[in-house]
This record gives sequence, C-alpha cells and structure tokens, in this order.
Amino acid sequence: MTFINYAAREINCKIVYYGPGLCGKTTNLQYIYDRTNPSAKGKLISLATETDRTLFFDFLPLDLGTVKGFKTRFHLYTVPGQVFYDASRKLILKGVDGVVFVADSQEARLEANIESIRNLDKNLKEQNYDIATIPYVLQFNKRDLPSALPTDELYRKLNIKREPTFEAVAPTGAGVFDTLKAVARQVLMDLRKR
Amino acid sequence: MTLPDLVLYDEEFRKIKDSLNRLAADANANVVFLVDKNGQQIAAVGDLQTLDTTSLASLTAGNVAATDGLARLIGEREFSILFHEGERDNIHISIVAQRVILVVIFDERTSLGLVRLRVRRAMAELDRIFEDIAAKAEKDKLALTTDFESPFAEITDEDIDRLFSE
Repeated sequence: MTFINYAAREINCKIVYYGPGLCGKTTNLQYIYDRTNPSAKGKLISLATETDRTLFFDFLPLDLGTVKGFKTRFHLYTVPGQVFYDASRKLILKGVDGVVFVADSQEARLEANIESIRNLDKNLKEQNYDIATIPYVLQFNKRDLPSALPTDELYRKLNIKREPTFEAVAPTGAGVFDTLKAVARQVLMDLRKR
Repeated sequence: MTLPDLVLYDEEFRKIKDSLNRLAADANANVVFLVDKNGQQIAAVGDLQTLDTTSLASLTAGNVAATDGLARLIGEREFSILFHEGERDNIHISIVAQRVILVVIFDERTSLGLVRLRVRRAMAELDRIFEDIAAKAEKDKLALTTDFESPFAEITDEDIDRLFSE
C-alpha cells in the first residue's frame, strides 16, 4: 500500500526482504545501511534474539530523493526466516509494495528456498496480493561459497515469473544495491498504472 | 482484506494536524502522532526534536500488528487500546477507524484518565476526517477513469536512475 501524501509531497513505499532462515536478509539491510549517506537514512532497527536471529523484523527507512517533485521514501523490512515465525511474517507483509526474495545459493538450502517461496505465495494470497503481479525481485545470495549451486540451476528451480534476478554476496555488498534498485524501479513504475 | 492506497490531500492533512494539536494541548501530552497500520507516519505534533518518529511509527505498527494477532488468537477482533507505562514517560495507543493508530506520549504532568478522556473525543473527530478521506478516494477512483492525471503517470527510467545515482 503506497502512501501518497500530497500535502507533504511524499511517497512512502514498503519493501519486504523475504527468504529462508540465515539466507542474508538482515545482511542486505546492514550493507545498505552502512553504505548510505547519513542524511538519507534513519536508524536500522533490529528486533532480534540474543543470538542475532531476527525475531520480528528489521526496519530501515531510506530517503532516496525526489521523483516528479515528490520526496521518495522506502521503508525496508525483513521477515524472520525461521519456519516457526510464520505468524510474524504474515504481519510484516501487510501493506507491502514490493518483495525481494533472498535465496541461499548453497545446495543444502535449496529445499528451504523452495519452501520459503511457497510460504511467501501463500501469505501474499492471504493478504489478497498475487505473487504473479506484485513487484518482485530474486537474489541468489552467498555466491562466494564453494557449496553454491550453479546459477542456471537455481534459476530453473527458483525463478517463477522471469523476475529480475541478481547474484549477490551480501557482506561485501556485491549485488545488494542492484537488487534494491530493481525492486524500487518496479514499485515506482507500478505507480504509473494507478 | 487489502486496504487501498492512502492518499492524503492538503485539506484533510490540515484538519488532522488541528485535531492532533488540540488533543496534545487538552491532554497536556508531550507528543501526539498518527501512524497507519503499515507503519507509515501520517502526522505528528508536539515535542518532536529528540524523537525518532520514523522508528517510532514502524515499531508502533509492529506492536499493534502483533497485538491484533494475539486478539484474533483468543477470538477478539482487536484490542483497541494499548498502554505502556514507563518510569517517566508513558505511551497510549488507540486504533482509529480500524486503519490508523493514534499514539499519545505523556509524562507525570498529566494523567492516564485525562489522556483517555481527550483521546476519545479526538477519535470521534478523526473518525469523521477519515470517512471524508475514504469518500474522496472513492470519488477519485471514479474520476481516474475519466480525467484525473496522476503526477506519477510519467515516471521514467531516468527518474529512477537518478534516485540511485550517488
């Protein structure tokens, strides 16, 4: 649900990073936070357990500049990836404008990725969204690991609608901004149709 | 149910601000702000200098969403009022028109009773304003099919590239 404030001339969009546990959603946000000009970002909020696993969500507000005279704000959220936090994931998808699916490239996590995409599809449907039409970008993270599957195999198994797909190594930032830009582009282009 | 896009025009924005200002003064509160259920801040008044209102908005919405989830688990539709008591400051949260969240932050210079009383009056006002907003949105939707030109109709790839150019 994009929030357009004509009085303050602002557009606010919500982007959610989805994916299985330990795939690197929080690391994506952390990198964006570290590399963004202090004037363009708010605080990075992490509701995490003592062992740094996301418990509820991470939140990062970004102020990217103006489009057509409107200040453009993106609110980035991550969901908790662990299977048993499904109730929390549903809450965070409320009012989402675009989704980034962060896949873990390791062979051992292939099933977890597939399961998580299925879970995303189901949870979007419950909120009356359709994964086929919502702005959506796929990221193959952890490309630097030796156990990473070849990208063409991941593409065959995880790409669902020829969505833009990026290779990434989130701790070094490779592919992180490309992914964000791709989803932001889709969200803003979506406003044209409104 | 998916809520439609929230579009706020000058007139309603001013009315909302007036209502929040009145509430802050009448309840003797430090800060009053309004957030939508998705965590977007709609308006804020009061002593905002030292406050990170964006984070506050997102966490409030998360808090309300989690509490809503709890409510449904036990067969309630929602818990319409939440109250957090601190040593110095307190937060009073209430749901307006089922879609926006009214937050009042106050300290010992006032009382919970007074805040609740004033909040109730403000909620009735805000209810009306949000009804107007919904009616206007409905009208716009009709106009959209005829002659309404969205300012975003002409967004180009270059506009988006510029956002990421630094």
